[in-house]
Amino acid sequence: MNVITQFSLLSRVLHWLMAASILVMLFIGLFMASSVGPHYHRLVTIHRPLGIAILVLALLRLANRLRTPAPLLPAEFPPLLKLAARASHVLLYMLMIALPLVGWGMLSAGGYPIPLWGQSVLLPPILPHDPTMWAWLRSAHTVLAFALFGLVLAHIGAALFHGLIRRDGVLQSMTGGGNTSNATGIGKTS
Amino acid sequence: MATKSSGPPGVALRWAGVVAAPAALALGFLWAGGGFSPHRVTQDRLMSEMHASGSYGHGFRRRHAKGVCVGGWFDASGTAAHLSDAAVFRERHVPVVGRFALAVGQPDVADNPATVRSMALRFMPPDAPEWRTGMNDPPVLALRDARDASDQFLTQRIDPSTGKPDPASMNGFLTNHPWLQKAADEIAHRFVSSGFADDTYHSLDSFLLVASDGAKTPVRWAMVPAQSVAPADERTGDPNYLFRNLVAEIHEHPLQWHLMMTLAGAHDAVDDPSQIWADDDRQIDAGTLTLATVESEDGGPCTGISFDPLALPPGIVPSADPILQVRSAAYMRSFFLRSGETRGPSAVSPVMTATPGQVEGKRS
Ligand code: HEM
Ligand code: HEM
Ligand code: HEM
Repeated sequence: MNVITQFSLLSRVLHWLMAASILVMLFIGLFMASSVGPHYHRLVTIHRPLGIAILVLALLRLANRLRTPAPLLPAEFPPLLKLAARASHVLLYMLMIALPLVGWGMLSAGGYPIPLWGQSVLLPPILPHDPTMWAWLRSAHTVLAFALFGLVLAHIGAALFHGLIRRDGVLQSMTGGGNTSNATGIGKTS
Repeated sequence: MATKSSGPPGVALRWAGVVAAPAALALGFLWAGGGFSPHRVTQDRLMSEMHASGSYGHGFRRRHAKGVCVGGWFDASGTAAHLSDAAVFRERHVPVVGRFALAVGQPDVADNPATVRSMALRFMPPDAPEWRTGMNDPPVLALRDARDASDQFLTQRIDPSTGKPDPASMNGFLTNHPWLQKAADEIAHRFVSSGFADDTYHSLDSFLLVASDGAKTPVRWAMVPAQSVAPADERTGDPNYLFRNLVAEIHEHPLQWHLMMTLAGAHDAVDDPSQIWADDDRQIDAGTLTLATVESEDGGPCTGISFDPLALPPGIVPSADPILQVRSAAYMRSFFLRSGETRGPSAVSPVMTATPGQVEGKRS
C-alpha cells in the first residue's frame, strides 16, 4: 500500500509561509488597533496588502488541499481527537478566508477608500456603503481574529504534543525531514 | 506504537516545551495589545478621555458632534498641478460632500462664536481616488503629539461636583506643557469671524505634495472665504443661529472658498502643528470650492462617513506630523462606535435645512 507520511512540498511551503504571515498579521492588527502612532499609519498600510495576500494564498492552499492527498493521523489515535484535529483544521481554513474578507468588507461598508498598494491601486468595495454593517463587521473582525489566535495557540500546542510527547511523526509530516525513526505511527491507515 | 518517553524528568521537560511556545505567543499578544504598557495612548483611552470630558456619544461623533452636511464642487486653478499629481489640482467641477461643525463633543451645544468651527471635505473626482480633509478655524494647533492630546483631554475632564472642567487644571496644562504656550496665545488672540460662511479653515497639520517627477513640497492649506468677512457680533438668543445663518446664506447663493496652499519656508517646522509658520511663505491659490446645497445630518451624505485626514489621493502624502496618525486612528474608532449606536435627532434638523420653497410647498 502506498502510504503518505508527509504533506507535499507545496503544502508545507504554503503552511509555513502562511503560519508566519498570519502570526505577524495578528500582532500588527492588535498593536495598531491599540495605538495611535507613531507607527499606526505604516502598520495599517502593511495590514491591508498582507491580509489580502493571505486571502489569495488561503484560496490556493484550499484548492491544493482538495486536490492532493494528505497524510492521515496515526491509526491508534483516539477517534475523538482525530475528529477534533479535523474540525480545527477546517475552522482554521474558514478563518484564514473569512478574516481578510471581513476586513475588506468592513472598510467597504464604512465607505472608506481601500488602498492596496501605494495610493493608486485601490480595492473595489465588496459591500454597499452601510455604517451599521461597518460597525457590525468591525466587531466581527476583532472576534474572529481572537478566535483565530486561540485556535492557532491550541494548534501549536497540539503539534508540539505530537512532536515532543507522542513523537508519532505528525509534526514531521509538516516540518519535512522525512521518515525519521520517530515517524513510526503515521500513515498506518486502516 | 509511538516511541514512548524515557523517564519522568524528560517528560516534564518536553511537556514544558509543549506549553512554553503557546504561552510565549499569548504573552506577546498581550504585549501588542498594550497589556504591559499602561502609559500607552490607545484609541480606547482617547475615547474614554473624551467621554469623561463631556463627549455625548449615542451615535454622534465623539468630537465635532454638532454639524450639518453640505454639497458642491471644486474647480482647480491648475497652479498647484506642477507641485502635485492629484487629480483635484487639475480637474474642474470635482464633486464635493462636506460638513460644517462645532468642535465640541455635545450635539446639542448652543452656538457660540468662540467655539472652534470646522469644515470637512470629501473630494470625489470621477476617475481618480478620493481625498478627505478636516480643517479647523484657529490658525495653529496647541498640541504636538498623542501625549499632549491625551493630557489635554484629561485636564478637560468634567468635575462631577461642578459639572464643569476644573479651571485650575486647565491652566495647569500650559504650565506643564510650556512648548504649547505660544500656540495657545496665538489661538486666544485670533480673529473670530461672524459665522461659518466668512470663516477661514486651516489644515493645521502639514502634508507633502508629490509632483509627477517625485519632487516633494511640504505644505499646509487653508480654505479662505470669497465672501466678505465680518467680525463676530453678539450672540443671539437662538441656540442654532450660526447654523441657521449658514443655511440661509447657502439657500440665497452658493458660497465659495479659495484653497490656499502655503509652501513651507526654510525655517518652518513641518512635523509639529504647534509651530507657527513664517508670514512671508509663498502661497498659491489651488482652486475654488463652491458649496451650493445644505442638508441635515439626519439622512444627509456626511453622516455615514468619517473624514479621515489620511484618506489621501496619489499626489498628497502625510508628513511625519504625529497628530495626523492620532487623528486617523481616533476618527476610525469614533466612527466605529457611533455607527453601532442608535442616534437621536440632530440639532440642525431636516426642517431647518429645507429650502424655503420646500417648506412652503409642504405647508400648502
Ligand atoms: C498561524 C499559524 C498556523 C496556521 C494558520 C496553521 C494552519 C494549519 C492547517 C490549516 C493545517 C491543516 C493542513 C491541511 O490539512 O491541509 C495545519 C497542519 C499542521 N500544522 Fe499548522 N498552522 C499554523 C502554525 C503551525 C505551527 C507553528 C506548527 C508547529 C509548531 C504547526 C504544525 C502543524 C502540523 C504538524 C500540521 C499537520 C497536522 C496533521 O497532519 O494532522 N502549524 N496547520
Ligand atoms: C488574515 C488576515 C487578517 C488578520 C489576521 C487580521 C487581524 C486583525 C487584528 C487582530 C486586528 C485588531 C482587532 C482589534 O483589536 O480590535 C485587526 C484590525 C483591523 N484590520 Fe485586520 N486582519 C486581517 C485582514 C485584514 C484585511 C484584509 C483588512 C482590510 C483590507 C483589514 C483591516 C483591518 C482594519 C481597518 C483594522 C482596524 C484598525 C483600527 O482599528 O485602527 N484586516 N485586524
Ligand atoms: C489629536 C487631536 C485630535 C483628536 C483626538 C481628534 C478627534 C476627533 C474625533 C474623534 C472626531 C470625530 C470623528 C468621527 O466620528 O468621524 C473628530 C472630528 C473632526 N476633527 Fe478632530 N481631532 C483632533 C485634532 C484635529 C485637528 C488638528 C483638526 C483640524 C485641523 C481636526 C478637525 C476635525 C474635523 C474637521 C472633524 C469633523 C469631521 C466631520 O465633520 O466628520 N481635528 N476629531
